[in-house]
Amino acid sequence: MGMTIAEKIIAAAAGVPEAHAGEIHTVELDRMMSNDGTTHLTIDMYNQKLKHPRIADVSKLVWIVDHNVPADSVKTAASQKKMRDFAREHGIAFWEGKGVCHQIMMEHYVRPGELIFGADSHTCAYGALGAFGTGVGCTDYLYAMVTGKSWLMVPETLRFHLTGRLREGVYARDVILTIIGRIGANGANYKAMEFVGEGLKSLTLGDRIAICNLCVEAGAKTALMEVDSVALEYLKARGREPKALYASDPDAVFAAEYTVDLGEIEPIVAKPHFVDNVVPAREAYGVKIDEAFLGSCNNGRLEDLRVGAALLKGRKVAPHVRFLVVPASQEVYRDAMEEGLLDVFMEAGAIVMNANCSVCWGSCQGVIGDGEVLISTGTRNFKGRAGSPSGQVYLASAATVTASAIAGEITTADRLSGGAL
Amino acid sequence: MGKIFRFHNDVDTDQIIASQYLLFPTIEEMKSHTFESLDPAFPEKVRPGDFVVAGENFGCGSSREQAPSVLKALGVEAVVAKSFARIFYRNAINIGLPVIVCRELYDEVEDGQEMTLDMQAGTVTAGGKAYACTRLPEKMQEILNQGGLIASLNREGE
Repeated sequence: MGMTIAEKIIAAAAGVPEAHAGEIHTVELDRMMSNDGTTHLTIDMYNQKLKHPRIADVSKLVWIVDHNVPADSVKTAASQKKMRDFAREHGIAFWEGKGVCHQIMMEHYVRPGELIFGADSHTCAYGALGAFGTGVGCTDYLYAMVTGKSWLMVPETLRFHLTGRLREGVYARDVILTIIGRIGANGANYKAMEFVGEGLKSLTLGDRIAICNLCVEAGAKTALMEVDSVALEYLKARGREPKALYASDPDAVFAAEYTVDLGEIEPIVAKPHFVDNVVPAREAYGVKIDEAFLGSCNNGRLEDLRVGAALLKGRKVAPHVRFLVVPASQEVYRDAMEEGLLDVFMEAGAIVMNANCSVCWGSCQGVIGDGEVLISTGTRNFKGRAGSPSGQVYLASAATVTASAIAGEITTADRLSGGAL
Repeated sequence: MGKIFRFHNDVDTDQIIASQYLLFPTIEEMKSHTFESLDPAFPEKVRPGDFVVAGENFGCGSSREQAPSVLKALGVEAVVAKSFARIFYRNAINIGLPVIVCRELYDEVEDGQEMTLDMQAGTVTAGGKAYACTRLPEKMQEILNQGGLIASLNREGE
């Protein structure tokens, strides 16, 4: 019986010839990422609850301080210090202030064919490189850290055939928001989302990360893409080799298959307070905004900053609008600096900030006040996600967010007048 | 016997415990902020043995284990919903908080009503009516029976 990519990765990690949806397997993990959102609690459990505290293989652990960095309060500082000290004592790879955890993982660790636990729901981003990444809580993380293993139910797979090419002014983020709108916030609950097809080949690695990263907003356990030359070149440039390359067998069983014509996608916004509450951006035109955010593990890469800077060149951020530009990593930051993009942002009146999760997770920089409206390239628009529970968060692409920052209200790039073009 | 606190569909983990409290040093310090955006008085009103009842996709969004942990720390006996988001479901079992799928209950009960849970029989009773619940997968029932994943891990080592 044929297997999907997800089934093949789990079978390999379980050391069995075949794995199929619905089975439960004990798996050996390739890597385990944790960030400052929960690691202090993991450490407390390690120290206080374990009878025999130990780490199975410290070389598989990666700890990243990215959520509230630099620390915004004494309590945060205490929790991060606990993480820093533990990492140092045990020799755990430790990154602080270098970027959002998933961007760091893509730049430095993820390999096709790997099975990776991340104590963060957006770990499904790693599917852009053909790795099975899945989000877990800190107890699952601790178990995996101590034993090197965990158990997984093999997910069913929803397969998305991408055809055509994106039109100008339309981005990967519009694609995944469209898909989430179509299948709903729990449309992929417990399932893997697999992306294949000619349309996929036309997407950059950054586009692919944006698509896989957001799959958890449809409830997905993981997202997976076939690895092609685009992914292999990204790896090669970074001196990494695939662990294994998988494609689904022709006779693999899928729970459902969809065809998505990229050429038919249009700019999208997700309205408050759910990611699946999507409408064509034109239906939200004219909504006044107080803040715009260009950043996050979803849309804070160099190509996203290029899109924003190209629109901003020769234009200004609207008066009384805060436009936060937050590169997803220091690598992105430095590349953007060398290209002169940061100058463009600052010249236009944007606030350029250090690489971190920022207002996407709504606990440190850039939180919005009562009744304020934010348009964001972040991952979520839940009530209170960006600060005040009475605030309103709209999600959109880098282009739509930047265009809205310029107009002071929700708009799309094609409606801007003037500028350098 | 406990009281029902009834919530809607798609309650995300940001509603259960907002981001700005997650880096507080302990769950004890976070728990007074549970459901702050939906019902700020919840932490004061809820009593040990009470229940959270919800619609579809309870616990969607972030993988923050603080979400089931604050509910457990406040003494919530179990969460009964039409369906759960995957990570919340797994996290709850891992920390020993029963999460029970019951399709019918939500539509037939009101906030504040009394209910009882019989884990052995797999039923909940409210308003004089017994509701059958979906059983946990065997692997998860084992973890729950042992008091959670860490208790289970500590036994493995023996």
